Amino acid sequence: MTLAPSTNSVDPLLQDIVGPTPGQQLRRRFFGHRGLMIGASVVAVLLVIALLAPVIAPHDPYAQDLLARMKPPVFLGGTWEHILGTDHLGRDYLSRLIYGARVSLLIGFVAALISGTIGTAMGVAAGYFGGRTDAVVTFLINVRLAMPVVLVALAVVAILGGSLQVVIGVLGLLLWDRFAVVMRASTLQVRGREYVSAAQAVGASTPRILLSEIMPNILNNLIVVITLEMAHAILLEATLSFLGLGVQPPTPSWGLMVSEGKNMMLFEPWLVLIPGAVLFVLVLAINLMGDGLRDVTAPENRS
Amino acid sequence: MSQNNFRQDIPLLSIDNLTIDIPTAAGTLHAVRGISFDLKRGETLCIVGESGSGKSLTSLALMGLLGKNITPRADKMEFDGVELTTASARTMRNLRGARMSMIFQEPMTSLNPAYTIGDQLMEALTLHGSTNRKKARARAIELLEKVGITAAESRLSQYPHQLSGGLRQRVMIAMALMCEPELIIADEPTTALDVTIQAQILRLLAELQREMNMAMILITHDLGVVARVADKVAVMYAGELVETGPVDEIFAAPSHPYTRGLLRCIPLPGKTKRGSVLGTIPGIVPSLVGEVNGCTFRTRCEHASPACRGTIPLHTSPTGTHTFRCIHQPEDLETDAVQSTGANA
Amino acid sequence: MLNFILKRLGLAFLVALTVSFISFSLLFLSGDPAIALAGEGATDQDVVAIRELYGFDRPMLVQYASWLVNALSGDFGESYYFKLPVSSLIADRLSVTMLLGLCGISFALLTAVPLGVIAAIRPNSIIDRFALFLSVAGQAMPSFWFGLILIVAFSIKLRWLPPSGTDSWRHFIMPTVVLGYYAMPAIMRLTRAGMLDVLSSDYIRTARAKGASEMRVMFKHALRNAIIPVVSLAAVQMGFMLGGSIVVESIFALHGAGYLAWESISRNDLPTVQALILVFSMFYITFTFLADVLNAWLDPRMRSS
Repeated sequence: MTLAPSTNSVDPLLQDIVGPTPGQQLRRRFFGHRGLMIGASVVAVLLVIALLAPVIAPHDPYAQDLLARMKPPVFLGGTWEHILGTDHLGRDYLSRLIYGARVSLLIGFVAALISGTIGTAMGVAAGYFGGRTDAVVTFLINVRLAMPVVLVALAVVAILGGSLQVVIGVLGLLLWDRFAVVMRASTLQVRGREYVSAAQAVGASTPRILLSEIMPNILNNLIVVITLEMAHAILLEATLSFLGLGVQPPTPSWGLMVSEGKNMMLFEPWLVLIPGAVLFVLVLAINLMGDGLRDVTAPENRS
Repeated sequence: MSQNNFRQDIPLLSIDNLTIDIPTAAGTLHAVRGISFDLKRGETLCIVGESGSGKSLTSLALMGLLGKNITPRADKMEFDGVELTTASARTMRNLRGARMSMIFQEPMTSLNPAYTIGDQLMEALTLHGSTNRKKARARAIELLEKVGITAAESRLSQYPHQLSGGLRQRVMIAMALMCEPELIIADEPTTALDVTIQAQILRLLAELQREMNMAMILITHDLGVVARVADKVAVMYAGELVETGPVDEIFAAPSHPYTRGLLRCIPLPGKTKRGSVLGTIPGIVPSLVGEVNGCTFRTRCEHASPACRGTIPLHTSPTGTHTFRCIHQPEDLETDAVQSTGANA
Repeated sequence: MLNFILKRLGLAFLVALTVSFISFSLLFLSGDPAIALAGEGATDQDVVAIRELYGFDRPMLVQYASWLVNALSGDFGESYYFKLPVSSLIADRLSVTMLLGLCGISFALLTAVPLGVIAAIRPNSIIDRFALFLSVAGQAMPSFWFGLILIVAFSIKLRWLPPSGTDSWRHFIMPTVVLGYYAMPAIMRLTRAGMLDVLSSDYIRTARAKGASEMRVMFKHALRNAIIPVVSLAAVQMGFMLGGSIVVESIFALHGAGYLAWESISRNDLPTVQALILVFSMFYITFTFLADVLNAWLDPRMRSS
């Protein structure tokens, strides 16, 4: 029967009561989603801070002052000169945090771009062409998943040397698996729709079908994965840097700052707590944004 | 079973003014409104009506299987003297499967894929008594044979996915009968099955019902089935019981315009003239969200008048068994040119 | 079923072979491994000598083949740094990592599954919200930072737990939590989603109609079906976890295989690194294979086909 005892199955009855257009509904869902709004706001603020780092940062993040080492933050009895104190080389902690946002966001963004390109190409090809292509891509995904990411990334960075470019490149080449998995599944779903068959029937070329029929319809999933993988890349970079095999000193990276603070943890735990907390907040915000986007663009997948 | 015969004339099930409201985001959905009927042991009641008319909700309410956020209200909903609306969860659990059973319309998904047929059949018994496994097994085999499954013993170790839909529904029936229930509710038990199997399953159900002297509520939209198995018929429309009575009286003299419409929609052997056009009932069921008043059929009724918005009287036939809810008297509706039923009346 | 296992085994073997090739190729990423190995200040003669000593002058595929043949017999060569057979180095360290991984996945399952079940039974309740919060926060928490916070709190401030080492079970508490929490969000979400899905199914209604108690409905009828995909996920997570043990072991100074990996990477000890990558991959491949078989066995639909 249509009237099963759950409120969900009553919804079809309500549809004629709800009036707004799809666009209005999307906008309403978008702005009405608290997690998405919070996440997006935090990311936006951190993005502005990163872009305007030279303007905002009170000090040069590289300037050492060996006479003013490990000054505590204001709230732990420090001075306003160094709001978040200074590190073991007397560098202003706040300024290093602000510049660190640049590193994290840059790495996250570019790595997600690279892995997104690779993964999407593989996933779409597998989903659209199927058969042998699909088998090969699925196999490659299996191989990729079998490789321990942190270990391989560390090894490659160790061999090639830890520069920003190398870290970005390694992460970009390693994190394509989720893109491939999701894009493959989405393409499979879209491929069977009537408008794709229609395009094939009128003789549209394959690249044309992929670009103008498939891509627009899997874009929402792609955007969700991009945000989630950005967060993933940022976390991994911090991990690599923490283990001393990511971004190299004196570049201000949050993972590196935690690592440098680790030795003074016994006496000055804030050296570890502050950069870690900022990293946590950024990743949390991006994840909230990604989860929110998924909810908003595919409400039927929500339970 | 001797006690059953002893109390044959007392209703096993007695429902008075059953109402089910479902809270939704848009307001309260008045899914079932003021339903009343009695059912004696050994009697078969067919509930007829279209999808969404509240047939399934009514039966789920009887079984105490409505969702957590839905509480049925009734002046009376008694099963053999037990008031079901106020019964504790434990009381309901002890009744369910033991004294009242239900067969659902989706045999393909109603069996747990993770357990064997035998496990699931025996569970029905072990849940209600301390029968040992050996006895439960013997009973399971006995019932599988009873519902016409060959090689019953070897079926016990099979999983649901290894059986066809028809077989699965037979298993569901066997499961419902494990504890010899006094009431069995079958909610469109054949809609998901092939036409040829539908007839077999219904015949089986009717036979078993007679054999075990159970009361049965059969929910269906197949009026042909109703004609064959029902003692009583209840016609539901948009959450209300619009007409109820003995099967002969309903078929011979349908009184509510909706019932008449329904009967016009199906060919009846001996009643429908060859070549005549079958009827349809145009229009859609109104929304039951928010305030519902008057006759809900008025949007589709050819006899509708402004008075249909008001209170609708309940007419009772001289025999006292046939009732219907309409502002018109049956005589007033004779202008309704009913080819099929009128021919015989 | 046997067919399925054989097919799956073949795939696992191919994946393992590919991974072995990739981890072997790492050696050549730097260009000439002999130069890297000789270190700074080595003469050309030194480099040539090393090249011949290690056989770097042979074609790459030949080197791979001989490495693989040796690896199959458990010989991963000699560590550049420790000057010991790599296989015995790893064997010594593996037990700590395995123990840690086992504790980690147990911790994750024992917390995430009940939480997921409760969240599904009472959607939108406080527990559901708490579980959701935990899973969102858990995914964003950098594990190295989480580990350090635990050390600050429980070792430095409260002095309840030792910050490092492997001497007693108390040394394993914090590493277990840090390693296990990583797998929790995914397991919890999948348990919750699976339970919600199963609980709305027809056979749950059948079980209730039979008169089964809510406990019986939840655990015998619902969880049994909802847990099947969780088994696979747990295996995958266990594989990821062992790979991620490098972080946890370096924070808590647990001298397991992850710690060995960190040491050998820092020291450019390529034979050890190659072997460890292969070993960790093999764990992942084995776990996922076993999970698929277990899965097929748990699901009667697959078992009998």
